[in-house]
Amino acid sequence: MTAAESILQLDNLSVTLGNRAIIDNINLKLEPGEIVSLIGPNGAGKTTVVRAILGLIKPSTGRIKKRSGLRIGYMPQRLALEKTIPLTVQRFLKMTKNVSQTNVSDALGKVGAQHTEQRPMQAISGGELQRVLLARALLRKPHLLVLDEPAQGVDISGQAELYRLIGNLRDELGCSVLMVSHDLHLVMSSTDRVICMNHHICCSGHPEHVSNDPAYHELFGLEATEGLALYAHHHDHDHDPEGNVIHNQEHNHEGCNHG
Amino acid sequence: MADFLWRALFAGIGVALVAGPLGSFVVWRRMSYFGDTLAHSALLGIALGIALDANLNIAVIVSCTLLACLLVALQQRKIISTDTLLGILAHSSLSLGLIAISLLEVRVDLLGYLFGDLLTVTGQELLWIYIGVAVILSLLLVFWRPLLAITVDEDLAQAEGYPVLWIRLLLMLLIAIVIAVAMKIVGVLLITSLMVIPAACARRLTNSPESMAALSSVAGCCAVVIGLFASLQWDTPTGPSIVVGATSLFLLVYALPLKGQKDIK
Repeated sequence: MTAAESILQLDNLSVTLGNRAIIDNINLKLEPGEIVSLIGPNGAGKTTVVRAILGLIKPSTGRIKKRSGLRIGYMPQRLALEKTIPLTVQRFLKMTKNVSQTNVSDALGKVGAQHTEQRPMQAISGGELQRVLLARALLRKPHLLVLDEPAQGVDISGQAELYRLIGNLRDELGCSVLMVSHDLHLVMSSTDRVICMNHHICCSGHPEHVSNDPAYHELFGLEATEGLALYAHHHDHDHDPEGNVIHNQEHNHEGCNHG
Repeated sequence: MADFLWRALFAGIGVALVAGPLGSFVVWRRMSYFGDTLAHSALLGIALGIALDANLNIAVIVSCTLLACLLVALQQRKIISTDTLLGILAHSSLSLGLIAISLLEVRVDLLGYLFGDLLTVTGQELLWIYIGVAVILSLLLVFWRPLLAITVDEDLAQAEGYPVLWIRLLLMLLIAIVIAVAMKIVGVLLITSLMVIPAACARRLTNSPESMAALSSVAGCCAVVIGLFASLQWDTPTGPSIVVGATSLFLLVYALPLKGQKDIK
């Protein structure tokens, strides 16, 4: 493996449902050991990008290139587990192929959830469940961790801790991380690169850079600009309510009107 | 004990053995209405089997599998909700089956197929039941892990490389075989109860999927024994007696106060 070889590359990826573009022309390259955060408002198509990468949906157009033999550890947004399945955390983790008891205990130790091992899956808290799901992703010995809203259902202090944990895991395992979030501030300290999307990619780069990008403020509105002075800026397109780009010739310093 | 009783007992136990683990999947995946729909289509299979002079077990397996495939295809189209679709398919296939049977030249024991006729099981039928049981148990053993993985979470299973669609089809095929072999025992109208009720009993007493599947089999066997002897004692219909036996077990298990195990609410 050459150091420069990217592990995953999306070329002009689009997914269309009916005649609505869920994601539109996404280009993305992931380097080994890199943490990339995909942020955007609800319904922006972040999860669709993740599902396409995992092969859960077929892209309408475009290509996904994976480095050969790439192992992906996936942490879903939520797990809808039936109450009727008697399943301990340990048994849930052993469902991954080729894992031993030691692997399971190690993985739970890494995410700080050893105490849940013998508990039923349905009896652990939201925060513990996220850690258990992360442990299951780790059991695949992944080159790439794909995390869909890893901090969902976790309180604020727990969220910061979880993102710190993800950063540490990357350092320890040397894997790349692609995670989805709707909040830039939380992922900011633990991410190398941020991609801000609303059906298409609006802006990307270092977290500080993105947090100052007008496109980012367009997407997230007042919440994101809180505490910042409003300033006029150039922006080359508008969005309609579907998030499609409307190129506006007469557009000038008044700022964008997202739908 | 008379020969026919031994045959009835072994036939019932054979079916209960496989209905346990498969019933657990039906409970975990909330498929009981689906099971009902498949079972109802079995009658159509019987009519076709008689008309074509084919083996009835095979005819039932084929018709159930075809209906399962039709259902999956219609589900993908997303025209109407699955629940409504099942309602349409369950009763239209049952009606079609009843009509088809009435059109046959041969006289058919309709009640036997609808509610089971355990006491008339022949040696030949017993053989078929145990062939079905052997096929189901070996497939379950081989594919236990993927079956469980897609039941817990299909997306996660697919992301981890399990062939989700194939495994889901396998589960439907297994349920179709159970229906074919259990038809004689409790009849097409009551088959799902023999899968669901023992599994529901076992849920309260177990804390792993494997133990729940195994205990469901045991509970099913108990229900068969209770039903069979109740039917002899009070001259009640056997199929319904077995179902009532299973229900009594269920009520008993849920009435018992359990210590040391927290109920999952």
